[in-house]
Amino acid sequence: MYDKKIATRDGFGEMIVELGRKNKSICVVDVDIGKSCKTTIFAKELPAQHINVGIAEQCGAGVAAGMATCGKIPFVVTYAVFGSLRMCEMIRQEICYPNLNVKIACSHGGVTPANDGASHQSIEDMGVLRTIPNMTVVMPADYVAAKKLVEKSAEMYGPCYLRFTRDALSVIYDENATFEIGKANLLKDGKDVAIIANGDTVIIGLKAAEELAKIGINARVVDMHTIKPLDVDIVNNCINEIGKIITIEDHNILNGLGSAVSEVVAERGKGMVKRVGIKDQFGESAPYERLLAMNGITVEDLVEIATQMNK
Amino acid sequence: MKDVSMNELKNIAADLRKKTVSMIYKAQSGHPGGSLSVADFVTALYFKEMNIDPKNPKWEDRDRFVLSKGHVCPIQYAALATLGFFPLEVLDTLREEGSILQGHPDMKKCPGIDISTGSLGQGLACGVGMAICAKLDNKAYRTFVVVGDGEAQEGEIWEAAQCANKYKLDNLVVFVDNNNLQLDGTCDEVMPNLDLGKKFEAFGFEVYNIDGNSMEEIVETLDKINASINGKPKCIYAQTVKGKGVSYMENVCGWHGVAPNAEEYKQAMDELNSQII
Repeated sequence: MYDKKIATRDGFGEMIVELGRKNKSICVVDVDIGKSCKTTIFAKELPAQHINVGIAEQCGAGVAAGMATCGKIPFVVTYAVFGSLRMCEMIRQEICYPNLNVKIACSHGGVTPANDGASHQSIEDMGVLRTIPNMTVVMPADYVAAKKLVEKSAEMYGPCYLRFTRDALSVIYDENATFEIGKANLLKDGKDVAIIANGDTVIIGLKAAEELAKIGINARVVDMHTIKPLDVDIVNNCINEIGKIITIEDHNILNGLGSAVSEVVAERGKGMVKRVGIKDQFGESAPYERLLAMNGITVEDLVEIATQMNK
Repeated sequence: MKDVSMNELKNIAADLRKKTVSMIYKAQSGHPGGSLSVADFVTALYFKEMNIDPKNPKWEDRDRFVLSKGHVCPIQYAALATLGFFPLEVLDTLREEGSILQGHPDMKKCPGIDISTGSLGQGLACGVGMAICAKLDNKAYRTFVVVGDGEAQEGEIWEAAQCANKYKLDNLVVFVDNNNLQLDGTCDEVMPNLDLGKKFEAFGFEVYNIDGNSMEEIVETLDKINASINGKPKCIYAQTVKGKGVSYMENVCGWHGVAPNAEEYKQAMDELNSQII
């Protein structure tokens, strides 16, 4: 199972062309990493909808804001660390404050740019951007999810941050799967522990559930592809029906998915959360799997935590 | 473009200055110095040059105006109210809770604001985005951006300038308000700008070096710009006086972001009234 592997940035690259063909208002604002972020076909096929501002992310965000005031739906395309942090204040002032219809579509999320090293790994982005009012924050779990969530982001009005992976991920969704921004997908039901994951960690959650089943622990697996707005209902269901939640994310353990879920649980005053994620430390040039392992983001770690919670 | 006489424009400029100082006096908060230095250009744009419709502020084909130095919005608010974008009495609510007239321009609250600004250095890129859209959509509207000289110390201004050159935005006009004063002192003390006109020229702009408080020179320059469709973005490198029109504010750094007291306010009104012909 899960043998087919494609990077989610490829899903973005394919869908943005499809969307651009259908809707001439959809534009791409590149910052000279279009080849790497998979906008080359868009640029070639739809030049009248394509801008490349050069290596100037702040300008890219501002240009997109100006274009949005003229009715365009610009996707600013870069790497997650630059799209969230280099452009952060422009996103806040010129996109989120006026609530303009700009999408920030970023490859190289989490530690997926593994051998590029810490400068290119993005572990703070989703947390930083979820604190800005009006912003929606999404990370698809696979190629299918990437395509469908990109489409959904274009359909919704308002600022949206989309985070993709540099490296290939197992395809876990059927082509007919449906997605709604702000509504999590229940991938596997279970009654003993709830694993809430997003992005490249969803596959880890699914594999952990398989292992847990072998030792008699029935895990529920939730793909929380949108961390803002968070699907509070599904978290409440996990609290009410199971009470034991493990969050797992390729993001700093501070302020990402685990924090968002914990906020709901803390306000309920009921249930328990164990957070798995980047342990508030910078990475290094290393294989992707090794970087995850250094932070305890593995199937084995999940199995161990779930087992402890069920003792 | 409207047919307005030079004297009328000068009187409007004096009137907008009065409204600006009054708003800031009433609010006891705001930025008079820079508002007054750009008053003449704002007057020429809103009352002569720009194709806009107060009854339809979001008209697709309108000329765009971006106040990149957003803190001088009182002068823009005065222009918008005078033209009827909103009632004149709203000017008395500057910076009040619930007001459409925020401390810095908010496009969601105030009709006639084309983009929210306030954080310096960010407006020019937005204006470039608007001008690019006019090119992409084959529309005739122009985009005017007011940038402060202090503000030109922000790197994003130059990112946007190089982008204007790349996309041959001859439908973009950048007015550089060169009053040589910023919050902490003169630009020369805080961070020398050298010759901003030459800088914009090096970035591919067609540059007009003028007296930015001379209505004659402003109008004449806008006419030249209209005749110059040559693929080059335009820069009006305007030598201005911060606090222009109120003698005790002129060229005084301290009037960047301070409201006048009752006595100062009366003197300002007397001086500005005497400028109306």
